[in-house]
Amino acid sequence: MTDHDTPIAAAQPAKIVPPQAMGANIRELAIRYGFLLLLAAMLVYFSIATSGFASPQSAVFILQSVSITGILALGVTATMVVGGFDLSIGSVATTAMMASSYIMVILNGDALTAIAVCLLIGIVIGLVNGFLVVYMRVPDLLATLGMMFLLVGLQRIPTEGRSIATGMSLPDGSTATGSFSPAFLALGRHKFDFLLPNLVPVSVVVLIVLAILIWFFLEYTRFGRMMYAVGSNERAAELAGAPVNAYKMFAYVISGVFASIGGILLAARLGRGDIASGNNLLLDAVAAALIGFAVLGVAKPNAFGTAVGALFVGVLLQGLTMMNAPYYTQDFVKGAVLVIALVFTFALSERGKR
Amino acid sequence: MNEEPVFRVEGLRKSFGRIQVLGGVDLSLRAGSVTALMGANGAGKSTLVRIVSGVYTRDAGHISLAGQIFSPSSPAEAIRAGVVTVHQNINDGVVADLDVATNLTLDRLNGRSARWFFNPRRVRREAKAVADRMGLSLDLGVGISGLSLADRQMVAIARAMAHEPKVLILDEPTSSLSSAEAERLFQLVDRLRARGVAILYISHRMSDIRRLADSIVSLRDGRITGTFTGPDLDYEGAVNAMLGKAISHDGIAVRNGGATVLGAEELMLSPSARPFDFVLREGEVVAVTGLVGVGKTALAETLFGARQPFAGRMSLDGRRYQPRTPQEAIAEGVFLVAKDRADNGIVPDFNIYENISLPFLKRLARVGGVSSRGSERGEAKRQISALGIVCRSERDEMHTLSGGNQQKVMVARWLSQPCRLLVLDEPFQGVDIAARRDIAEKLRASAQGRATVVFLTELDEAFEIADRILVMSEQTLAGEHLNAGIDVSKLLAEIAGQHEMVN
Repeated sequence: MTDHDTPIAAAQPAKIVPPQAMGANIRELAIRYGFLLLLAAMLVYFSIATSGFASPQSAVFILQSVSITGILALGVTATMVVGGFDLSIGSVATTAMMASSYIMVILNGDALTAIAVCLLIGIVIGLVNGFLVVYMRVPDLLATLGMMFLLVGLQRIPTEGRSIATGMSLPDGSTATGSFSPAFLALGRHKFDFLLPNLVPVSVVVLIVLAILIWFFLEYTRFGRMMYAVGSNERAAELAGAPVNAYKMFAYVISGVFASIGGILLAARLGRGDIASGNNLLLDAVAAALIGFAVLGVAKPNAFGTAVGALFVGVLLQGLTMMNAPYYTQDFVKGAVLVIALVFTFALSERGKR
Repeated sequence: MNEEPVFRVEGLRKSFGRIQVLGGVDLSLRAGSVTALMGANGAGKSTLVRIVSGVYTRDAGHISLAGQIFSPSSPAEAIRAGVVTVHQNINDGVVADLDVATNLTLDRLNGRSARWFFNPRRVRREAKAVADRMGLSLDLGVGISGLSLADRQMVAIARAMAHEPKVLILDEPTSSLSSAEAERLFQLVDRLRARGVAILYISHRMSDIRRLADSIVSLRDGRITGTFTGPDLDYEGAVNAMLGKAISHDGIAVRNGGATVLGAEELMLSPSARPFDFVLREGEVVAVTGLVGVGKTALAETLFGARQPFAGRMSLDGRRYQPRTPQEAIAEGVFLVAKDRADNGIVPDFNIYENISLPFLKRLARVGGVSSRGSERGEAKRQISALGIVCRSERDEMHTLSGGNQQKVMVARWLSQPCRLLVLDEPFQGVDIAARRDIAEKLRASAQGRATVVFLTELDEAFEIADRILVMSEQTLAGEHLNAGIDVSKLLAEIAGQHEMVN
């Protein structure tokens, strides 16, 4: 043990890098930046191959198409960080959509009430999910699967299974008197001026703000760091003094609230409480979060990766659509991207091997 | 007792990579006799069992069974040849979702001769035969999940015995049983012995060994260090051979502690244990030693608030101290370096500095909980040079470090902030000698200003590090020694639990 006395001596970079190590370095770089490179290459390719792809409108359209999915994905990322999962996000979003519509159209409520109630619903569902997982010891996938079923059914009960729209006829024969408030609809339809007038929709701004918030929270606060510790080794986190149960509960609340924000934006965009919408939200969001594992090659849930993952799918679908690929190939493309990302994560990266 | 050994192991060797686990083990078992195998953690007991039961292959050596060469290539082959092993983890031996009858006949569902169709009546009939022969009176229709651990153990053994083995290996069978349950197991072992089975009984528990053993074999560092037979077994000698007392404790300048930091009165770790008192003083290093399973970890976790004592009071610096969670203990200045670092210490996704700062993120963070990586890395760098952690930088991943260096990171974590009481539970587990010496030196050098207590099974480690040694046995304190001119035979007697006979 000659290097025993000078433990950091090895930190000095070796002058000659053996070819083996260089191969390892290239491989490491490929794993770390491969997905970002692929994204950049896709952008370049579509810009050249199609006319109109490389424009602010197209960029905004892509962002808008992934905004709600992305918000849900950021929420589920929080539960993945603590080693859990949330399958109920899709139905939380549709429940929030139905609830906000119900409050405004049938109960004549205003936009603020609707939004407040939806956020409250998100918090309560998050707490119930957390309670089931943490204190009732139901495995996370099963608890949130149960919650998903429960919500899918629950959101249909008040309207006896009908969609909610302004002027709809009610079960007692009368007509609904309320309507969506303009302020609420603006959440889905208003566009801010940015570079061009009327360019950036509210949902894109919300996505960007939430992405930055959750990214900062997870990476740069002690709470976020502890959540990663809980997900990586719960017992060690507990013996380091972390209130493990509280962190887990909190992660499910984040997930519930983000999903309900997604639901509010969905209702505002559609202008009605549509029973049939939001079917794909869960799978798309989970796919984005899982693709995020591969971004930067960290093989763990991370907010930046999730945002890039959502964007990746959006760019790919938009590009293919502009190249006249038929709509029914979309799910296939998403699936293929997900599988490739998972191979990146688990087969190629160092961490996945452990 | 039979004269010729029915099962004989000669010169057995096994290495994993560069690490030699068994360095030439000789062992013989006689029919109708119980041989107890004693060994500390890492002595090679499990490896020996796994080779004999066909899980591992040996590197060198001979095994013979009833005069024939015995070299099983799979567990199934070992069972067919007549060597049956009941493993330590009881729930590995039974299928919890099936009933007793199916569990008793489980191994008949496989193999070439097994029938394709499952006939519950025939299974019940065969199971009844198995149970009757063992004198097992259990409801065959009951699910395993409804049984106590002892009954599950009985089912596992009964199924094993249905093969009419010549050799039965019991690997720490009582480690999760109560004393009443253990007694039922002992009676079963008595019956099997009377029937002429050669039994290898692996245990740390002196009470088990006193009750059952016809002879004792001590294993230490992959070698047999003592064999004891005859009507009056030398239990103390066996413990001695297992722990290895030929220890030169040079260079320890034994210090007397200052003011009392932690006091415990009438502490009871379990309802049946005798209450005990002790104090830990400022500036001293106290080692608590004893065999595996005597309550050392329970005491360590009690001090740290990870477990509540059954009864008793503790005080810290004269104030009442009763932590309900590790969080409260840390806030009061009591830190624990937990044992089994992979399970209880290391966060595998975090690098070195993130692992070190983990408990103190609140203290190190800026306003609003924003973490300060700069100060975390600075602290980590200080600890890396103080403990001589061999790494490229403080941002290295944990899995790139050797076991000794990983343990140094775990110790560094809790040395990075001042504390009143530092508790270390088996800090030298899976740690090479050089790293062990570094950690021990650092602990002693930094001992001023706090009390330090180290829980250790290996006696020579205790001699190496402690000013004072406390002995635990059967969930209570059995003795206390100053680490200078120790009466080693008295110490060993206390470890072996012989104080109870004296009293």
